Amino acid sequence: MSTPHKVVIGLEVHVQLDTRTKLFCSCSTQFGAPPNTQTCPLCIGMPGTLPVMNRRALELGMKAALALNCEIPRFTKWDRKNYYYPDLPKGYQISQFDLPMSCDGYLPISDAKGRFEPKRVGIIRAHLEEDAGKSMHAEAAGKADSRIDLNRCGTPLLEIVSEPDMRSAEEAKAFLTELKLLLVYLGVSDCNMQEGSLRVDANINLHVDTSEGTKATPIVEVKNMNSFRAVERALAYEIVRQTEAWEETHTELGGPGGFKTTRGWDESAQVTRPQRTKEESSDYRYFPEPDLVPVTVTEDQIEQSRQSLGELPAALRTRLEATYEITPYDSDVLVNQGRALVDYYIELAEACGDGKQAANWVQQDVLRTLNERQIPVEQFPVSAAALAPLLEKVRCGKLDANRGREVLAGMVELGRGLEDVMREMGIAEVDDSALETLCRELLEANPKIVADLKAGKQKAVGGLIGQAKKQNPNVNPGKVRQLCLELVEKM
Amino acid sequence: MSISREEVEKVSLLGRLLLGPGELEKMTSQMGQILDYMHLLSEVDTENVEPMAHALDLTNVLRDDTPGVSLPRDEALAAAPHRDDECFLVPAVLGDP
Amino acid sequence: MSLIESTATELLGQLQSGRTTAVEIAAACLKQIDRHDAKIKAFLRVDRDGALARAAEIDARRKAGKPVGRLGGLPVAVKDLLCTKGQRTTCGSRMLENFRPPYDATVIAKLRAADAVLIGRTNMDEFAMGGSNENSAFGLTHNPWDLTRIPGGSSGGAAASLAASMVPLSVGSDTGGSVRQPAGFCGVLGMKPTYGRVSRYGLVAFASSLDQIGPLGRSAEDIALLLEVIAGGDPLDSTSVDRPVPKYTESIARPLENLRIGLVREHFGEGLDAEVEAAVREATRVYQSLGATVSELSMPHGKYAVATYYIIAPCEASSNLARYDGAHYGHRTDEKAMAVELAAQRKALQQTGDSRKLEALDNPLIRMYRRTRAEGFGAEVKRRIMIGTYALSAGYYDAYYLKALKVRRLIRQDYDRAFEQVDLIAGPVAPTPAFEIGEKVDDPLAMYLLDLYTASANLAGIAGMSIPCGLSTGGLPIGLQLQAPPFEEERLLRAAHMFQQATDWHTRRPELS
Repeated sequence: MSTPHKVVIGLEVHVQLDTRTKLFCSCSTQFGAPPNTQTCPLCIGMPGTLPVMNRRALELGMKAALALNCEIPRFTKWDRKNYYYPDLPKGYQISQFDLPMSCDGYLPISDAKGRFEPKRVGIIRAHLEEDAGKSMHAEAAGKADSRIDLNRCGTPLLEIVSEPDMRSAEEAKAFLTELKLLLVYLGVSDCNMQEGSLRVDANINLHVDTSEGTKATPIVEVKNMNSFRAVERALAYEIVRQTEAWEETHTELGGPGGFKTTRGWDESAQVTRPQRTKEESSDYRYFPEPDLVPVTVTEDQIEQSRQSLGELPAALRTRLEATYEITPYDSDVLVNQGRALVDYYIELAEACGDGKQAANWVQQDVLRTLNERQIPVEQFPVSAAALAPLLEKVRCGKLDANRGREVLAGMVELGRGLEDVMREMGIAEVDDSALETLCRELLEANPKIVADLKAGKQKAVGGLIGQAKKQNPNVNPGKVRQLCLELVEKM
Repeated sequence: MSISREEVEKVSLLGRLLLGPGELEKMTSQMGQILDYMHLLSEVDTENVEPMAHALDLTNVLRDDTPGVSLPRDEALAAAPHRDDECFLVPAVLGDP
Repeated sequence: MSLIESTATELLGQLQSGRTTAVEIAAACLKQIDRHDAKIKAFLRVDRDGALARAAEIDARRKAGKPVGRLGGLPVAVKDLLCTKGQRTTCGSRMLENFRPPYDATVIAKLRAADAVLIGRTNMDEFAMGGSNENSAFGLTHNPWDLTRIPGGSSGGAAASLAASMVPLSVGSDTGGSVRQPAGFCGVLGMKPTYGRVSRYGLVAFASSLDQIGPLGRSAEDIALLLEVIAGGDPLDSTSVDRPVPKYTESIARPLENLRIGLVREHFGEGLDAEVEAAVREATRVYQSLGATVSELSMPHGKYAVATYYIIAPCEASSNLARYDGAHYGHRTDEKAMAVELAAQRKALQQTGDSRKLEALDNPLIRMYRRTRAEGFGAEVKRRIMIGTYALSAGYYDAYYLKALKVRRLIRQDYDRAFEQVDLIAGPVAPTPAFEIGEKVDDPLAMYLLDLYTASANLAGIAGMSIPCGLSTGGLPIGLQLQAPPFEEERLLRAAHMFQQATDWHTRRPELS
């Protein structure tokens, strides 16, 4: 969607940290347990209970913050955010307000298809906080009771707040994709949106050039987006809606009627709808959480955490491109599939000695099977070491690529080695002398074609290839063509 | 008087209290009195004084990420004023907080 | 001396030597409660059967030569705000009238492990907010010295139970003086330990950065004994301090040499009752006669303690008490009546056509919260929630809360400077002896000003203690407050013991009719 106005998008992302226990108590964070089976007096907000901070959550938060190029202040503390909601039994959320655990970072994004220029999206802050429980609303709203499940109460979240640096829905999606990839690579979060491990709110408005200077339209916070696709669509929708609204009313941010509003994405109708918020509900009365003590971080701890980050997606892409001479597009596809697939690719590329060929096979054949079977690469039945000799045979022409693909399919299907499968499928490699014998016989049997070839009608060789394949399905068509032409030349 | 009746009414909503007309009157006058007394603090020079939220100078009290035992569901729900077999029940929740 | 008049330390000796049994002691206490508590009302509930059974079990263990815990079968009364698994823990509030926690507070667990006999739950101001016990939702507690007077608060039931010889030991909590002040008014001893000395886990919170559980008793030795049992770091309370608990009972008899006592000039000004002043000054002369030097010093920010305290404590309380909303436990309003009320209000607004008010009308969930809290909380609790909510709200935070936090630092610095010059600070606990029931009910500010001498210790996080040091001409106890630097409880106890070796105020008991 193109627009004459500048689009300004900032994102607030909540990711669930991959801990075994909750942020402030030792209840399990396992997803999918029956309602209210993972609670304790603290989760229920019972009187007298006190929070105790999970060390692992802090470590994971710090890793994420460092990978997002954030500053880690030496001192950080906890605050209470006060509001009433039945899935928040204490009446306050333990969060971080004025001294978050990290701030001032950035995440580089780019688009392999070149739809936008590579850029850095600023990270204002990333802080730790506890999740609330779940309210299940009755279908006939207004009548029945709401049901409250507190299992998720206290689950550790990292809230990542970006600068309003994104200029299109595509950029926002790219940011989310890259962020998710980064966090999954770090082992900080599984970022599973279906399970609520990653949630996105977006702030969006337009900056409009007018004869009286640049005007900002009212900021809209968009919620209820359950996939990256939904984020992209909701933002695209908002851009159109806000453009039309501007043209109609010229309402400015901060002007009459120009306050920030909240809208929810309606997936089935593919529109955003206004959400009602009470004016008083935004007065959260933050103050320092007196039940917890502050956290101090040393230079050593930060350095140690930095060392533990490992190779991050951006660096990995660069390395793959340099080492295996693949395109940015290829490296992007591979890296975006996760570290395990990249490891598989690297092993294959090293073993077969052709990075480009390995990239093609992994992207086409391996990935297709993984997708079809819905399995991770760790469960792919053909190891990189077993796949490499097949690629070798294809590359030096001993197997036609299509036959090679059939062989791989056979290896996947039967779960057996290359030679075994070829034997089973009746596929034999064609050695060079056998191929020459075959070609000579064909040339002898087809004087008309030979004549055509001699007359420069190279197309005629197709007839020979067809006959060769009929006699031996394993022959490499390219090789038949090349050999026949050579033999005719010598005639 | 340092607080108005309207402000008191607003605060009562923020604090989820419900004050009848008589109570509201009394609360307004008592809060006004108390808040007036608090203004005693304005005579203290607190320029360059660090706020003290806590008497302790403890930091970094952390626990290991080791799962413990949760309450059996019936115990978790035992004190609920209104519940079903699985959940706490509250009057219909509409929209966001 | 009869069992009920003996101190805990004396009773423990008798238990160990076999001259009495835990059952005999429990029975004597229960008898005293039966005789006098109908008038005094120190207890909200007495666990007669449980106490006797527990005492018998401990006796049997002792008889069989098996190990017995530090408290060896002594009865202990507990303020009704320490969570006790499966037993009602009301905090003096309708809100929690029928609440039974599914877990034990750390202090309860420690008392059990030390073989205390938990004899009953004492009355208190609702959510520990008050200085007279008049804010309890379950009725007044009377001062055993004069039934027309208040026992102090908020641990009023705890102090009264000791003054009336119903128990040898009591556990209370102190947020701005709630152990020391009732101890002073009832002529017993009470300590507010250093913040972090005793685990708060399971203590129903009033103001988290100020709350501290404290022991009450009838001698310094008894306080030492009880503190030894309940003190210590706790992995369940991040704000508890993990440092060794001294053997207070072993060091207590060693007098402090070259003791330097400070009197705060500002404590002896306007508002201090002359008899209280005289008793406190006399107490310092006792210390001088024991070799201590007494000097005057200034704590210029002390006079701001009440204003500071009554901002910080309500701010924290407004948040701590947000959980009582009828959703997950505790009182909930009658939803049918609520629905009727809402419908009527909606209809009335529709008829008048006031669309603004109609729009602002509570939804059922918010009205459930508001009615629940309006019904469940008493007037003082509501007042503090209102003040705290207001002081934290947008636009007022800096003027009230932040300002108070800064003055809090100055108050702490006053102490730090004072303790460079002296070992202990001595002074009054409260400006007057116990006042009459109803005297200050309609004047919250006057009630707050009673905390003038005690609230500073909570703000600064230091240790303080109240010791009987005299009787007024009207026959009412007067308390001496001693304050010590953080984690110097041992110093307080040794000083209190010295005083009690030289005086007998702590042995005085009211005449109970």
